[in-house]
Amino acid sequence: MAETDADVASTGPVETQQGTAPGVDVEGWTCPMPLRDHDRIVAGHGGGGKLSAELIEHLFLPAFGPAANGATPTDAATLELGSSRVAFSTDSFVVDPLFFPGGNIGDLAINGTVNDVAMLGAIPLALSTAFILEEGLELAVLGRVVQTMGRAATAAGVQLVTGDTKVTDTGDGSGLTVTTTGVGLIPDRVELAPGRIRPGDKVILSGQIGDHGIAVMSVREGLQFGTDIASDSAPLAGLVAAMLGTAAGPGVVHCLRDATRGGMAASLCELATSAGVGISYVERSVPVAEPVRSACSFLGLDPIHVANEGKLVAFVDPDAAEEVLDAMRDHELGHQAAIIGEVVDDHPGIVVARTGIGATRVVDLPLGEQLPRIC
Amino acid sequence: MKYLDEFHDPELAAKLFDQIRAVVTRPWAIMEVCGGQTHSIIRNGIDQLLPDEVELIHGPGCPVCVTPLEMIDKALEIAARPDVIFCSFGDMLRVPGSHTDLFGVRSRGGDVRVVYSPIDAVAIAEDNPDKQVVFFAIGFETTAPGNAMVAFQARQRNLSNLSLLVSHVLVPPAIEAIASSPTSRVDGFLAAGHVCSVMGTVEYGPLVERYRVPIVVTGFEPLDVLDGIRRTLVQLENGEAYLENAYPRAVNTMGNSPAKAMLEDVFSVTDRKWRGIGLIPQSGWHLSEEYADLDAELRFDVADLDVQESELCRSGEVLQGMLKPNECPAFGKECTPRTPLGATMVSSEGACAAYYQYGRLDASRSLPIVETEAARG
Repeated sequence: MAETDADVASTGPVETQQGTAPGVDVEGWTCPMPLRDHDRIVAGHGGGGKLSAELIEHLFLPAFGPAANGATPTDAATLELGSSRVAFSTDSFVVDPLFFPGGNIGDLAINGTVNDVAMLGAIPLALSTAFILEEGLELAVLGRVVQTMGRAATAAGVQLVTGDTKVTDTGDGSGLTVTTTGVGLIPDRVELAPGRIRPGDKVILSGQIGDHGIAVMSVREGLQFGTDIASDSAPLAGLVAAMLGTAAGPGVVHCLRDATRGGMAASLCELATSAGVGISYVERSVPVAEPVRSACSFLGLDPIHVANEGKLVAFVDPDAAEEVLDAMRDHELGHQAAIIGEVVDDHPGIVVARTGIGATRVVDLPLGEQLPRIC
Repeated sequence: MKYLDEFHDPELAAKLFDQIRAVVTRPWAIMEVCGGQTHSIIRNGIDQLLPDEVELIHGPGCPVCVTPLEMIDKALEIAARPDVIFCSFGDMLRVPGSHTDLFGVRSRGGDVRVVYSPIDAVAIAEDNPDKQVVFFAIGFETTAPGNAMVAFQARQRNLSNLSLLVSHVLVPPAIEAIASSPTSRVDGFLAAGHVCSVMGTVEYGPLVERYRVPIVVTGFEPLDVLDGIRRTLVQLENGEAYLENAYPRAVNTMGNSPAKAMLEDVFSVTDRKWRGIGLIPQSGWHLSEEYADLDAELRFDVADLDVQESELCRSGEVLQGMLKPNECPAFGKECTPRTPLGATMVSSEGACAAYYQYGRLDASRSLPIVETEAARG
C-alpha cells in the first residue's frame, strides 16, 4: 500500500480548523505488528515463552540432528544407567541485581537445578557449578554468592562435586553467570511425565505465585509496594518426597512442573501442549500475596506470568488429590497449596481460566519477556 | 485489595448483568475507547456474558498501537546512536517500525532502557552527563502529566543532555473522528476514566450535543465497566444522550488543575497522525514553544526518514466493528498468534487473538465448572 494512503484519513472531510473532525478511513485503519523474525538474539529469546521455544525448535534441534533424538521437552532428562534411573538437568542463571530480598543468584543456581531434578521425582544427589565472571567483579560479591550456594546445597541435601571458572573482559565488571548441572536418583515406582497426565486429574498449585519476579523487579527498578516482597527461592525435593510418600503411593502423582520463568501460565500451557490435554482452572483459587497483586495491578502484569523459584504445579489422580494436598499442606513449603483446576479432554492443548465474574478466558504462552503495559 | 476487590465482586457483577439483560430490547454497539478497558473486558471475559444484543467495539485507545510509524522510526534512529541512552515505556519496545523495533536496536548495541516512571529519565540524565538521554513521551492525557514533568525538571535542573521525543494523542478528537465518520456503527461511548481523571469531563459535553451520542466516563475494574455499559444502554433505550460520570471516585468535572496547568505550559495542541487511522486534526500534543529546545526531533535532525508501513492487515475494520475477526481472509491462515499480521492478533487482549483462541476452544460455552474450596468460599 502506498505510503500516502495510510497518511490521511480520507473518508470524511479533512480540515484542520478546530471543530471539524475528519471521518475515519475504515479501510485504511491498520495496526503495527511486532517483529518475530529478528536476525539477532533479543531479550525475549530468554523469556521462556514462544521465542525461546522457537529458538529450540527451529535452531537448536535441527542443528543437533540425531544427537538430540533423546531430548525431552522437560527441564530434566531421565537416563537409564544400569538398573538405575537418573534425572539429569542443567541450567544457567543470570539475574539483575545479583542480590534481592529473599536470596541471591547463588540460591537460585542451587535451588533451580535441584528443582528441575526433583520434578522427575528424583532425590537430588550432586551438582556441578560453573562460573563466568566479568573482569573487575568484586571478590566480596563473589564470596557472598558462593557462601550462599554452600548453605543452599547443604539445605537441599546435594553435594557440589565439580566445577569450572572462566573470566571475560566484557561488560562493566558487575556480571556473574552461574551454571549448575545436577543428577538425582529416581526411586522405584516413581514415574512423572507429561504423558501420564489424564483428563480428570486435579491440578494442584503448591503456594502463592509471583513473589520471586516481583521481588527482583522491585529492587531492580527501585519500586516500593508498601510491604517487602521476598523471593520464594527454595528447594522443592522435600515437598516432592512428601507428595510421593502418601499412603496412596507415588503412582497417583502423574506429573510435576516447577513454575519458574514464564510463571504458572507457561507451565500449564507447555504441559497442555505436550500432554495433548485441556487444562481448566479457577482464577479465584490461585493464591497471590496481597503486595504481589498490588504490584502486578500497578505494573500491568499478570501474576500467572510472573516467575517463581519455589513453586510447583502437580497433576494428581482425582481420587488421591485430597490426600496429596494434605501432605503438601503439612510441609513447610506447601502450607498454601490449593487445588486450582483439573485436566479436561474437550480442548486439548489449551488452558482455560474461569474468571472472577464467571466467564472464561484462554491463557496463552507469553511471547517473550513480560513488559509493563502503559495502559 | 482496597478499592479493587470491591469492584470484582461476582455477586454484584451478576446483578449488573441481570440489569443489563432487563434493559436491553434491541441491538446496540458500544465502543470502549481505552485500551485499559479493552484489557479488562477480555481479561475478565465480560463480553461473553453480555446479552447478544450488546456488541462491544474495541476503540483506538491503545497508545502503543496508534503511535505513528514515522515517530517509531525516529525513535529507532535516535536510539541506535552510540551517544544516546533511549528511555521508553516497556511495551513500546515490541512495536515495529519500518525495519526493526527497539528490541532489535538493543540487540545491536543500542542503549535502550525501560522506565517505569518518566522521572527515571531525569535521574538517568543526571547520572550520565556525557550521554544524550532521550525520553519517548507517548500516550494519551493520562501519561501526559508525568511526561510533562520530565520536561519541567529538565528545565529546572538545567539538564542539557535530556530531551523528549513527544508523540502524545488526545481522546476527544478521536471520539469526534469516529462519531463523525459515515461508516461508524458506534451508538455510545465509554470514555476513558483515567484520561478524565486528569482532564475532567468538560470536553465531552459538546461532543454529546453535536453527535447526539451517549458518553459515559467509565473505570477499569469489571464492575466499573459493567456499570458504564449499563448506563449507556439505559440512555440508548430511553432515546437519550447525555454525559454521565460512572467513575466518580477518580473523576470530577474539572480534572486535576495543577496537572492541567503544567500540560498547558509544556505542551501545545497539534495535528497528529494515528497509526492505522491517519491524520486527525488537533489530536495531539507536542512541546510548546517555550520547551521546544527539549524536542529530540529537532536536536537529532531526524526529519527525513524513509518510512515504509509493513504488510497491511484489516484490523482497522475489526477495530471499527465493521468486520468480525474470523471474517478476515487472513484469519487463522496467514494470520495467527504465531505469525500475526496485526496488533489485534498479537496481544492476548486483541480482538483477533481472542477470537482465535476461542475458535480453538470449539464448544467453549460447555466448559466444565471446577468447584474448589476457594471458589466455594
